[in-house]
Amino acid sequence: MNLRRPCIGFATALLGATSALPALAQDIAFTNATVVIGDGGAPIANGTVVVRGGKVVAAGAGVPVPAGLRIIDAQGGWVTPGLVVAVTDLGLVDVEAVDQSNDSTTEKSPFNAALDIAPAINPLAQPIAVSRAGGVTRAAVAPGGSGAIFAGQGALIDLGNDPDMVNRARAFQYIELGEAGAKLAGGSRVAAHAILRNALAEARDLSRRSGPSVTLGAAPGDPRLVSATPERAGDVLLSRFDAAALIPVVRGNQPLYVHVERAQDIRMALALKADFPALKLVLVGASEGWLVARELAASGVPVLATPLNDLPEQFEQLASTQSNVGRMAAAGVKVGLGAFFDQPRYAPQYAGNLVALSKLPGATGLSWGQAFAAISSVPAEIIGMGDRYGSLKPGRAGDVVVWDGDPLEVSSGPIAVYIDGVEQPLSNHQTRLRDRYRTPTEGALPKAYDW
Amino acid sequence: MTFDRAGRIFATVAGIALLAASGGAGAAKSKEKSSTAKATREYNKNPYPSTYRPYAGAPTALVGATVYDGAGGRIDNGVVLFFEGKVVALGGAELAIPDGYSRIDGTGKFVTPGIIDIHSHLGDYPTPSVQAHDDGNEATAPTTPEVWAEHSVWPQDPGFTRALANGGITSLQILPGSANLMGGRSVMLKNVPSRTVQGMKFPGAPYSLKMACGENPKRVYGGKGRMPSTRMGNFAVNRATWIKAQEYRAKRNDGKLETRDLGLETLAGVLDGEILIQNHCYRADEMALVLDMAKEFGYKVSSFHHAVESYKIGDLLKAAGTCSSIWADWWGFKMESYDGIPENAALLQAAGACVVIHSDDANGIQRLNQEAAKAQADGRRAGVRIADADVIRWLTLNPAAALGIDQQTGSLAPGKMADVVLWNGNPLSVYARPEKVWIDGALLFDALDAKRRPVSDFELGQPGEGDVK
Repeated sequence: MNLRRPCIGFATALLGATSALPALAQDIAFTNATVVIGDGGAPIANGTVVVRGGKVVAAGAGVPVPAGLRIIDAQGGWVTPGLVVAVTDLGLVDVEAVDQSNDSTTEKSPFNAALDIAPAINPLAQPIAVSRAGGVTRAAVAPGGSGAIFAGQGALIDLGNDPDMVNRARAFQYIELGEAGAKLAGGSRVAAHAILRNALAEARDLSRRSGPSVTLGAAPGDPRLVSATPERAGDVLLSRFDAAALIPVVRGNQPLYVHVERAQDIRMALALKADFPALKLVLVGASEGWLVARELAASGVPVLATPLNDLPEQFEQLASTQSNVGRMAAAGVKVGLGAFFDQPRYAPQYAGNLVALSKLPGATGLSWGQAFAAISSVPAEIIGMGDRYGSLKPGRAGDVVVWDGDPLEVSSGPIAVYIDGVEQPLSNHQTRLRDRYRTPTEGALPKAYDW
Repeated sequence: MTFDRAGRIFATVAGIALLAASGGAGAAKSKEKSSTAKATREYNKNPYPSTYRPYAGAPTALVGATVYDGAGGRIDNGVVLFFEGKVVALGGAELAIPDGYSRIDGTGKFVTPGIIDIHSHLGDYPTPSVQAHDDGNEATAPTTPEVWAEHSVWPQDPGFTRALANGGITSLQILPGSANLMGGRSVMLKNVPSRTVQGMKFPGAPYSLKMACGENPKRVYGGKGRMPSTRMGNFAVNRATWIKAQEYRAKRNDGKLETRDLGLETLAGVLDGEILIQNHCYRADEMALVLDMAKEFGYKVSSFHHAVESYKIGDLLKAAGTCSSIWADWWGFKMESYDGIPENAALLQAAGACVVIHSDDANGIQRLNQEAAKAQADGRRAGVRIADADVIRWLTLNPAAALGIDQQTGSLAPGKMADVVLWNGNPLSVYARPEKVWIDGALLFDALDAKRRPVSDFELGQPGEGDVK
């Protein structure tokens, strides 16, 4: 669904150009549930959640249920906001190792910063359906890499079962500034920082020449298509398309997501603001973030942290520890879980592990409420959508998941998923295979006839 | 086979009657041939023997915990006794605790056997994952049964310490990678820090041969413009190699070998039943073909690894007595993993086939207990109920059996190695962590004692040395 379209009652019913029956945003009360608001607070026993017109109206204990609503009795299960995963490759990939099905990485394009992943996002990709069944309702999809430190522009999506899934195209620019960035830049961090500064300077210059009329930012207008610009200097390195794409970044209209792991790389990323004060930075990865937690907190720059790294996977991650997220959070850094490119449906397991750490001497974890917020409201805030989804506060999107138990517990799973108040199908390729092979032996006809 | 005092194994496979097989020629030549035949027959099968000896441990009584014995048994408010590296007894609260045992209160906690990972590349793909550490695939020929993983393992891989502290891993099999159809011998380790790989080797464990079918070998060698480039090429190369191994073995048995061949020696060991087969394979149809190939040449597949489609052929796997070593729910990352489902383990268990939960991953090895719990829960949602104690078996006795070490470890039974984990909660919960881990009765990790936490050489003096990780 598209958030730019008003979501009022049945007005959202007709979804895109599909000829199938429209899914309806229902007015629903979820009752008899342990309710998780997702704002960092503790779970609320015997709670109720009311969704009307695709939006949350109320959630908590003692919430009255208006007449005429469909009642979903959670039967003692848990009701939470949908999970928000940032960043991921959902929708860009069918099968990672099958090149033709993988639009995540772009090694041979003449463009880099200008790359915009939105047109490649496929709502019918199985990873979308599987993640949806895992309770993931929103995602920030990032490009996996180009031939340069600029991977390109990511998008915000919902996982609703409809073709209109891009909520915001060109929502952020994603760059590599650690070991990976060094390699892409020509072999060193030295080169990566030179390329980055030059690119931002060229964008700033182009921005000045273009004047204030350029439509900028995470908005419908595509800054790359600006054409009424005067001549650029003869020695520019970036193509006009790439430079134009960076104008919203250098003006602070489009966030710059920076993948860094090493403590010193984090410091150097934060230092970019001295030269380019308008930059809106978001750090991704940050395995050694705990070593610079105070500087991070003081900067106000949020972090999408890979949750459980505890190995020196690369030299830039020597100080990795599972306590990284907890220590950053304790220092006042806004830190959400993300940047795990395996399966977004693992988010609750990762969050649960951080709760487990709180019982280990010497380790720093998160409270249950903090841990759930780290996969719902906090990433939503970091991607700029905290007022739209990620919690069950009034006015937020009706993204609701009903679980058969504590959602952070590995034995629990979703039993119903709603996005913008619309009930979502949970079946997919995997569930169909499961049903076919409950018993492996074939019957009167081969398995192929059993569907 | 026989064992000498140092634990070395000598082959006695050739018949005594064959000693005089090389008659006829001149005396000197005859003597030379005879000694060659002898050398090819009576070689040392264990030239890099384990030097591991259990570390010192106190007589210990774990009291009051829920005990899963690894063999499918559960004792509430149980008592586990171990002494001198071995399990002495386990039972209920009534079990008498002999004098001299130190009691550890396990009230509200859980005890399991040490967790065993049947599929790890710690040491041969260690961290940091720099190119210089790429020691897992001898990807220069499609069959390299002559290489041994133990010659690649770096004992200072920090991953071993994480597997111990966070995963309760006490034994693990380090395999060559899957680039090759026959990747080489694996090595079975106890998860103890050591200066040498020999100091980690599991005493008396049989060797296994890593095999791989499917995409990887055909991609790697097809990409080099050589055979195999297809799945049928995979089988052709395998079969041709097994034929050579049969011929080699027959010559060896006849005392007619003139020189040793390390690769064929390993394959003959498989045909002898001394070396087990650990076969990387994803698709059901390919696994069925491999089972026939094993019949064709007279060996057994101990376990398929990854085996994301095992649920389609649970009946065939049960009949073959072959385990499936699997993830809980990895899926879709390559073409041959596209039909993976989270109910794989549960459907296999329901079919009566052997399930092992494995990692193949330096992070996953830290959470095998959680993976098992996920697989159990996915089964429950599909209507397959599996008791917690049986799920723990997926991580303990089942891998031990598939590795041929089930007489020594894998369950808490009197006389077996005291490889024990005390968990601070239910190990099938995300909120539980190992509190203490004993290997052969020695306390090698204690979450309550910062100094009972191994730190590899690599991490000394570096950021985060000795951190909780």
